[in-house]
Amino acid sequence: MSALAALLVRDIRIGVRVGGGALMGVLFFLVVVTLVPFAVGPDLALLKRIGPAILWLAALLASLLALDRLFAADHEDGSLDLLLMSRAPLELVVAAKGLAHWLTTGLPLIVAAPLIGLLLNLDPPAEAALVLTFLAGTPALTFIGLIGAAISVALRRGGLLLAVLVLPLTVPVLIFGVAAANAAISGPMPFGTPFTILCALTLASLVIGPFAAAAALRQEME
Amino acid sequence: MRLSAANLACVRGGRDVFTGISFSVASGETLAITGRNGVGKSSLLRIVAGLIRITAGEIALEGGDPELTIAEQAHYLGHQDALKPALSVGENLRFWTGFLGGKATEITAALEAAGLHALADLPAGYLSAGQRRRLSIARLLAVRRPIWLLDEPMSTLDAAAQERLTGLMHTHLAQGGLILSATHGTLGIGAAQELRLGEAA
Repeated sequence: MSALAALLVRDIRIGVRVGGGALMGVLFFLVVVTLVPFAVGPDLALLKRIGPAILWLAALLASLLALDRLFAADHEDGSLDLLLMSRAPLELVVAAKGLAHWLTTGLPLIVAAPLIGLLLNLDPPAEAALVLTFLAGTPALTFIGLIGAAISVALRRGGLLLAVLVLPLTVPVLIFGVAAANAAISGPMPFGTPFTILCALTLASLVIGPFAAAAALRQEME
Repeated sequence: MRLSAANLACVRGGRDVFTGISFSVASGETLAITGRNGVGKSSLLRIVAGLIRITAGEIALEGGDPELTIAEQAHYLGHQDALKPALSVGENLRFWTGFLGGKATEITAALEAAGLHALADLPAGYLSAGQRRRLSIARLLAVRRPIWLLDEPMSTLDAAAQERLTGLMHTHLAQGGLILSATHGTLGIGAAQELRLGEAA
């Protein structure tokens, strides 16, 4: 376990230092969401209606941003060789990297979301529901992304392939994340139904993501 | 402890790199792997490290920990130094020591042995190629593993550092370790077996 803790601490440390992905993700999120009112115009009712969808789309794109460096950076500097030779199971190594990535890129989005919600005319109950859906749904984005990051590890322009591979897989998370947020704001569906499915998607991806990513990394050894 | 390989073959990208390679190295012995560029020295080390799948033949370790694979009992020093430029010299070594399951008390001694003690707080991004290599070598000292797989360990090192590495390798052998090293020059270790790739086949 100490091996995984060491890896977690290292990845978080790299993420929050200059040049790490943590700050870039939040800034990108801010910029994308801020652009929407300029494009849509000052129609407060419309902004309120599409607000959750905009925030979810921006969070999805922001979480993809740093994902392509997740394994590629370790591959380029030779760290990945040593991670593969580790005594800890590769699945857990991959999961620890995923957790560190979520803590440095997913969590800041959740903190920033209520602030950004103001720009889209969301009221406090709607923002609370949105934060809850982010908390339940963004780990799924990261852990589904692990698979794409592992597959594209050795490719030079892996970021583009990564987006093409990962975005279709995130569609269910997007649907139920936005549905839960909308249900809390306007109804008529109860909040619990889509939110429970969102939680289920996250739990499934927490299991499938590390196994699939570890299998992909082992395949890359050839 | 004895590490032996029989009839190893390696195919990369559809090309036979080498076939029919056999060797046997016991505790306290060194195997120097030589040969011209592209003959498969690095591939052979990576096969032993479990980083390339074996095409044919087998590798066996007698007298090791039966619970662990060969890779889990080995240190691999490749061409890349596995360092993060954003972290300091000390943080890099502390991470690998923690990850590989070594003791934190060994870190200072390992940094001193590598001659990097004064640079412990410097970000690794500012190190020269030779200093980076020395920091990688410090990893081998901080965590004890009986098998060292070294891929041209002397490259980028200056004369003094090469001499120091030779001394460290002697100590490792005296403690019952064994070394497989790809090299072009000499390792400075007296009685090394030599495996010349690209001629026997």
